[in-house]
Parts: sequence; C-alpha cells; structure tokens
Amino acid sequence: MIPLSHVLLLSGILFSLSVAGIFINRKNVLLLLMCIELMLLAVNFNFIAFAHHLGDLSGQVFVFFILTVAAAESAIGLAILVVLFRQRRSINVEDLDAMRG
Amino acid sequence: MIVNVLFYIFGAMLVASALGVITARNPVHCALYLVVAFLNSAVLWLLLGAEFLALTLVVVYVGAVMVLWLFVVMMMDVDVEKLRQGFTRYAPLGALLALVVVAQIAVVVWVRNLGLTAAPASAARPEGYSNTAELGHLLYTEYLYPFEVAAVILLVAIVAAITLTMRRRPGQKLQDIGRQVAVRARDRIRVVKMDAEGRQ
Repeated sequence: MIPLSHVLLLSGILFSLSVAGIFINRKNVLLLLMCIELMLLAVNFNFIAFAHHLGDLSGQVFVFFILTVAAAESAIGLAILVVLFRQRRSINVEDLDAMRG
Repeated sequence: MIVNVLFYIFGAMLVASALGVITARNPVHCALYLVVAFLNSAVLWLLLGAEFLALTLVVVYVGAVMVLWLFVVMMMDVDVEKLRQGFTRYAPLGALLALVVVAQIAVVVWVRNLGLTAAPASAARPEGYSNTAELGHLLYTEYLYPFEVAAVILLVAIVAAITLTMRRRPGQKLQDIGRQVAVRARDRIRVVKMDAEGRQ
C-alpha cells in the first residue's frame, strides 16, 4: 500500500513545479495555460490519494467534476487565445495592454 | 511492494515530464511533455485504485484535449525567443518559490501528523468489485444534480468556443440553411392560367 504522505508530497512537487513554471514563463499565455492544467492535475492527485486512503469514492467523483471543468476551461481559454492571436499576431502577455490597469 | 516500486518510478517520470513542460524551448515540446505527464499520472491513478478516472484521463485528456492543444500550438506562428526573454532572470525566483511551496507541504504532511486512519476497506476489495460501477452508482444517485450541471458546463463551453472562434470572411459564399428550409413552392414557381392560343 502506498503511503498517503508520499502521494501528497508528489502532488505538492507537481503543484510547485507548475507555480515555478508560471513564474519563469510569464510572457507566454500558452505556457501559462499549460501550467494551470498541471496545477489541476496536482489537485486531482490529492483527491484521489484521500479517496484511496479513506476508502471513500466521493473524492473520485470530485476529480470527475474537476476534469470536466478543466476541459471546459482549456477549450474556452484556447478559443480566446486563437481570437487574440488573430487580432494581435502575438501571444505575449506584455502586448495585452489595451486596458492599462 | 511492487506497487510501491512502480509508484516511485512513475512518480519520478511524472516530475521529470513536469520539469520538461516548464523548461522546454518549443511550445510543441511542452505540449508533448504534458501528454507524458498525463500518461504517467494515469498509471499512478491506476495504482491508487481509480481505474475509471485513469482511463478517462487517457481518453479525454490525452486523446481529445491535448490534440486540441497541439492544433492550437501548431496553428500559431509564435516567436519563441521573444517570449523567453527574462527566463534566466526569473528562473532562480521560480525555483525558490517551488522549494518554499514543497517545504510548506512537507511540513504539513510529515511534521504535523494529519491524524487520519486508513480505511481497512481500501486495502482489500471484495470479489467482483468494479470501480466504474461504484462511481457510476454514486454519480447517478447522490451527485445527480452536480452531474447535470457538469453537462451544462460542457455545453456552454462548446457554444462559447465555437462562437468565439467562428468568423465570416467578406465575399464568402455560404448556404443559408434557414432560408433554404423556409422556401415554399409558391415562392419559386408561378402557375400562369391562360387561354390556349389559336392555330396561326
């Protein structure tokens, strides 16, 4: 049986790698979205680890819903990205300064 | 025992592919590393007893979502070098941040004991146990309304993605299906009643 803490640490490493990825690739919207996908994967790991450890299937149901929402998010995000690229010919975050907050 | 060994092997591969995602130079390589990461996590989920979700991850994520990603990445003509400016400048900060997050999680997981006792049921499943059947039973009874909300979310995502990316070029010849269906015979042909002409 796999210890719970090892799975949690693995998902923590995965999550922190994606946080670092957001930091070092902060100009490329495409990579930012990929890092968000990795973060959601890490969160799913936690749910599955606890579902396995506690013998409760509700955690797996939550993973199911997170996968649904992540798929919807990436579809809409990529659609927005395609429209953006069509308008600006660039996916650099620094070019997106139309609103100048 | 073999399960533990497999867990560490595939966990190491997962971490390596996640590193590949965040450091690869070419966005196509990033997407392919992400595919490897998803496949490795599917194996890990299998080891953790989530068979249905592992297969869903492979079919839906690797099969559909990542293909969509690759299409979008290859459609765009991205100037990679310009986007990577400041990569080395921010890499130490990113690494430091990652280490801090890992340290915090390790402290929570190990030093402060979570105080959870493992369920005895998770060790030994009864004969003929099916993860898919159990999950389906739960989804269609206890989580029926969230399940339907999830379906609506997917529908909204489809509609949003299509309306965002659809464009009409000027001068394009298109069929208007609505007008075609709405056509009736009397709009198209005119029956003229007239007397027969006499022989010339």
